[in-house]
Amino acid sequence: MLDRLRFVPARLLQSVPVVFGVTVVVFFMVHLLPGNPALTILGQTATPDRVAALNTQLGLDKPLVDQYFIFLGRLFRGSLGDSLTYQRPVLELVLQAIPITLSLLVFALVLSLVISVPLAALAATAPGRGRDLAVRVFTLLGQGMPQFWVGIMLILLLGVKLRLFPVGGYGMTFGEHPYYLFLPALTLAIAMSPTTIRSLRASTINVLGSDYVGTARSKGAAGVSLFRGHVLRNAAIPTVSIIGVNLGYLVGGSLVIEKVFAIPGLGSLMINAIFTRDFPTIQAVALFVALFVIVVGILTDVVYTLIDPRVDLSSKERA
Amino acid sequence: MTTAVATAARAMRRPARSRSLRPWYRNGTLVAGLVIVGLLLLAAVLAPLLTPFDPIEQDLQNALQSPSGSHWLGTDKYGRDVLTRLLYGARVDLRIGFLAVLIPFVVGSVLGALAGYFGGWFDVVVMRIVDVFFAFPFYVLVIVLVFVLGAGESSIYLAIAAVSWVSYAKIMRGELLVAKKQDYVVAARLGGMSHGRVLIRHITPNVLSQALIYAMSDIVMDIMAIVTLGYLGLGIAPPTAEWGSMILDGQEFITTQFLQATIPGLAVVVTSLGLSLLGDGLSDLLSPERRK
Repeated sequence: MLDRLRFVPARLLQSVPVVFGVTVVVFFMVHLLPGNPALTILGQTATPDRVAALNTQLGLDKPLVDQYFIFLGRLFRGSLGDSLTYQRPVLELVLQAIPITLSLLVFALVLSLVISVPLAALAATAPGRGRDLAVRVFTLLGQGMPQFWVGIMLILLLGVKLRLFPVGGYGMTFGEHPYYLFLPALTLAIAMSPTTIRSLRASTINVLGSDYVGTARSKGAAGVSLFRGHVLRNAAIPTVSIIGVNLGYLVGGSLVIEKVFAIPGLGSLMINAIFTRDFPTIQAVALFVALFVIVVGILTDVVYTLIDPRVDLSSKERA
Repeated sequence: MTTAVATAARAMRRPARSRSLRPWYRNGTLVAGLVIVGLLLLAAVLAPLLTPFDPIEQDLQNALQSPSGSHWLGTDKYGRDVLTRLLYGARVDLRIGFLAVLIPFVVGSVLGALAGYFGGWFDVVVMRIVDVFFAFPFYVLVIVLVFVLGAGESSIYLAIAAVSWVSYAKIMRGELLVAKKQDYVVAARLGGMSHGRVLIRHITPNVLSQALIYAMSDIVMDIMAIVTLGYLGLGIAPPTAEWGSMILDGQEFITTQFLQATIPGLAVVVTSLGLSLLGDGLSDLLSPERRK
């Protein structure tokens, strides 16, 4: 088992240039600001003194290449600068927000599987028939709805009309969190389900036509036990990589959804930072989100290898 | 290069993909997509003729009216006709959505095609850059870039171009990796044709369809991005009618006038539905062998 994970060190090594690239992009974000960045960041509150101070704080008075290496050096020491709004280390703010966004994402992932697996099974067992078409309509609509709008509609329906769930916030106690996170997680799950359903439906149809399922059927397996024992695990393999890619997309969506539901995670942190022109915070959130996507990519490969004995990413072909 | 060789090479050109036998107008998905997208574009273009109201002018005495004979979808908090703003919003959202795909389509396809065809260091460099951009979720980069470049239409074009060229590059590189080993390409090269001629005259017509099909879903993504930016207050500035900012305005009155936030969202849903059907239909038409 562990033998097949030999590819992991090489995969990590491959990510090094990408991570460097990410730091370059994050660094240059400040330098795309037209004119003097310090002046733009401070806006109406700019005075010559404050501009000079911010220039020094951001290191904007040095040549660009020097600035990048200063930025990188600080990064290695774990310093992302201070938030211009809160006058606190950005790292603290980000680390506070990460568990909230992460629990939202995990919740959404679980809900999306709860939605996708049965729907894909329903569609795949009767391709071309009524319930397959109904599922296709669901996926088409699901893909076509703006995520934040789905959130608003859920608030309207389940929050305002039926009063089943709170319409915003994160809750005060640990027990309240899942209750408060349900609607935002459902919103993201609806956004994520269509691609999962499509992929799972296609691979399930393939698996159902295979010889080993035929054998299992002839031995008397049917219904849910056939599905659980023989079909799902094999059909899930291609879907895992789709979910991996999707998770990256989901992070982007969760930033907007947090704003809709007033959840104090990374998204609210970033959007608020944009409105207050708090550049160190914007950079930090962008950096962490990109690192998260890179890590998810590696984890996807690991899971892929573990659930499918035929996959061997350690072989030379892939490297 | 002798003419004989050129003729031979041309003769070996890969035959056009086996098109499905039924004519395009028998393809229900494609036709449905064309009709929906066509009607939307028509509504956007004809907006001034379709409604007697102005999308921007305020009429506070008639604010927040429910749907009626004169205001079919009611009025917003400034007394503006919601249907009128919906129609004028289509002009903004559809125009930006359709135009925004052009730059990334061209830039991404060209870079990806060159990377796939020539390989070597150019391929390595382009693909590493693609990897870096793929690490940032779409919305994160678009939102940050639009903020940095300043809210407005031209910033949206630039931000979307900067983010979405990578998908086209990836698709075209994959296509070229396959295409360059095919007989018709090898024959053309052996016939003495230049790389440029082979790429443009022989390969491009055969591989462009995948990028084109992807472009349909990309337009949907772009419209989502424009609407999302509008909702966040980072996109097209008010009072211009735009679906995203209409949803933002309507959210305030969700308990009393829920249509205000619902209707513009439905407009996005119909638009994406039309474009998705168009994409699926195109895919049936252009590369039937890839569909199952």
